[in-house]
Amino acid sequence: MADSSDIAILKAEAMVHGAFAPSDYLVIAPVALCFLFGAVLLMLRKRVDWHPFIAIPGFALLLAADLLLLRKVASSGPQTMMMGHWKPPFGIAFTVDMLGALFVTTAGFVAFAAAIYATGSMSRTERRYGFFPFMFLMMGGVSGAFLTGDVFNLYVWFEVLLIGSFGLLVLGSKHEQLDGATKYCFLNLVATTLFLITTGYLYGLFGTLNMADIADKAGRFENDGALLTIAVLYLVAFGMKAAAFPLNFWLPASYHTPRFVVSALFAGLLTKVGVYALIRVLLMLFPQQHADLATLIAWVATLTMLVGAFGALAQSDLRRLLNYFVIAGIGTIFAGLAIGGAGGEAGSAMARAAQAATAGATGAAATGAAAAITPLLPGSSGLVIGLSGATFYALHSIVVMTALYLAAGMAARIAGTASLRSMGGLWRSQPALAALMLVFLFAVSGLPPFSGFWPKYILVRGTFQAGLPWLGAAILVTGFLMTIASARVFALAFWRNAPEAEAAGSDEAFGFQPAGKPSPVLSMLPLILLALFVVAAGIAPQWLADMTDTAARGIVDPAAYVGSVFGGGS
Amino acid sequence: MRTIIFRFTAPYLTALMLLFSIFVLLRGHNEPGGGFIGGLIAASAFAIYGIACGVAPVRRALYFHPMAIAAAGLCFAVAAGIVSIFAGTGFMTGLWVFPKIFGTEVALSTPMLFDIGVYLVVVGGISAIALALEERESD
Repeated sequence: MADSSDIAILKAEAMVHGAFAPSDYLVIAPVALCFLFGAVLLMLRKRVDWHPFIAIPGFALLLAADLLLLRKVASSGPQTMMMGHWKPPFGIAFTVDMLGALFVTTAGFVAFAAAIYATGSMSRTERRYGFFPFMFLMMGGVSGAFLTGDVFNLYVWFEVLLIGSFGLLVLGSKHEQLDGATKYCFLNLVATTLFLITTGYLYGLFGTLNMADIADKAGRFENDGALLTIAVLYLVAFGMKAAAFPLNFWLPASYHTPRFVVSALFAGLLTKVGVYALIRVLLMLFPQQHADLATLIAWVATLTMLVGAFGALAQSDLRRLLNYFVIAGIGTIFAGLAIGGAGGEAGSAMARAAQAATAGATGAAATGAAAAITPLLPGSSGLVIGLSGATFYALHSIVVMTALYLAAGMAARIAGTASLRSMGGLWRSQPALAALMLVFLFAVSGLPPFSGFWPKYILVRGTFQAGLPWLGAAILVTGFLMTIASARVFALAFWRNAPEAEAAGSDEAFGFQPAGKPSPVLSMLPLILLALFVVAAGIAPQWLADMTDTAARGIVDPAAYVGSVFGGGS
Repeated sequence: MRTIIFRFTAPYLTALMLLFSIFVLLRGHNEPGGGFIGGLIAASAFAIYGIACGVAPVRRALYFHPMAIAAAGLCFAVAAGIVSIFAGTGFMTGLWVFPKIFGTEVALSTPMLFDIGVYLVVVGGISAIALALEERESD
């Protein structure tokens, strides 16, 4: 038994030292805000009329905290906060680098827009069942997953966001919803269990779960089967979360059942959390194994894209069609992750060159050979270009998919159905909505001048540079097929005259309010907000490309990340 | 299940179990116990009361809705983390005060506040589920 002075000495040794500025709390603020607001709303569960007035300022505050965090990370590099002030790698670290900050900010932006939209479209009963508390819980989980610097903690945030999403999914307790929720829950639980088992292996091998610690140690490990096994298991687990082929079948089976707002949040955020986790674990922690797996990822990407594009062409229900757009987007992101590592020796040599270059003081000089690949990302290696393009595309996809579901929700409410067969004439009755929908459809197909064009451009250029022309061709073909599918949506639902009204009441339209027209302000404002991003990132992409480039460099060479955890950062 | 013996003993049993759950909660910092197991004991106490005397008396006795109790617990847990901002240390750093109450030193800390939060979350969450199940059965 140690007496109290011994304990004090031991504690002093185990704790981090150094002064804290209040701005350091920005690292934890998004998560803390979500739980605080979620809990307050849950306590006020009877006062459903107050919910929007608390929730919307709450999401605005969340977005403000995210933006401040992004600014801080952009100006002074990765930020770390150790939970409970314990020293790394023993304490749980929250580490935010550019990648995490970009994702969390985009998530906050999308959630803010969705909350405004939900105010106008959720009925009192659904608010009573806890729409906003569940949404805050889910956003807390999503933010935590983007911010954490610990693999097990990442698992916990996945669980938290899943619990929130289960709640949102069954809101309303319709038969179809329970059916969709069962598939969704089961597949996600399988993926989460796989994630947990793999994390157990990881801990057995490394004796640590701190990402910075693992990134530091993995390079010194012999590249034997054990690390590759872990990498493959993570690829399967996160691929399932992200709905990559051949584990994509749960998404079209469940995402069309809840409310449009809920679908929008799911489509925008949840699959991207899987993508983010894959980037974080596979590219930052196991770059060698990623290089070995790159060809496999390229095939997965190609098939995911094609399945998404063909699936979208085959659907006649607006939301099922959008489900396949999500999958095609995931395939495009995966294509970016395959660049750089692929091509065997050449790829990994490039990666190593990039590491050497970014570690050195003058990165531009060393990468002279690979310089000027694209005008957007001067002086980058193939790996950085692919990752940067993938990040850019993921951020674009978060915003555009959310926007598409919200716009589709509004269109379906006005038309009273979500079937392309019976929709029509919306161009004439809702010109503003039709214009916005056109913007989003252009963006999702990757047509200029909107946000989908530039990341696809970066990715296609990157694939050709990396010697994977067939992958670039797949991206282009997918873009073409998605353009056709988008044109079909627009032509059928908006452009043509309304078909003869069918007298039969639309029972299939279980996702809609019985009360006719939605409030124009609450529905249009979030769409305009999201469209602003789409247009801004399409017309002037350089600011976003610079940030995603920084994020990609931070992943390829995690020295700054590791330094923020173990160095003077804390 | 509504035998006279069970109905007679259930309130006493509930009171005892609640007392025991608070004991388990408070000893949890240094010895086996804590908020989670304490909360489970308390929730099973309410479940027993519900089985014996019906759900309505339990809801009356709880006064607050179980979910509101869980939410309050979540607030406590977040507050326990945020307190450290005023001490200028990292999120969730354990902070202790030792006030003398009636001549006895009482150790109060943010880990305790967090544990009370966990206790309330578990009590609220599990009771809500248990009461909903019992309600369905008695219909």
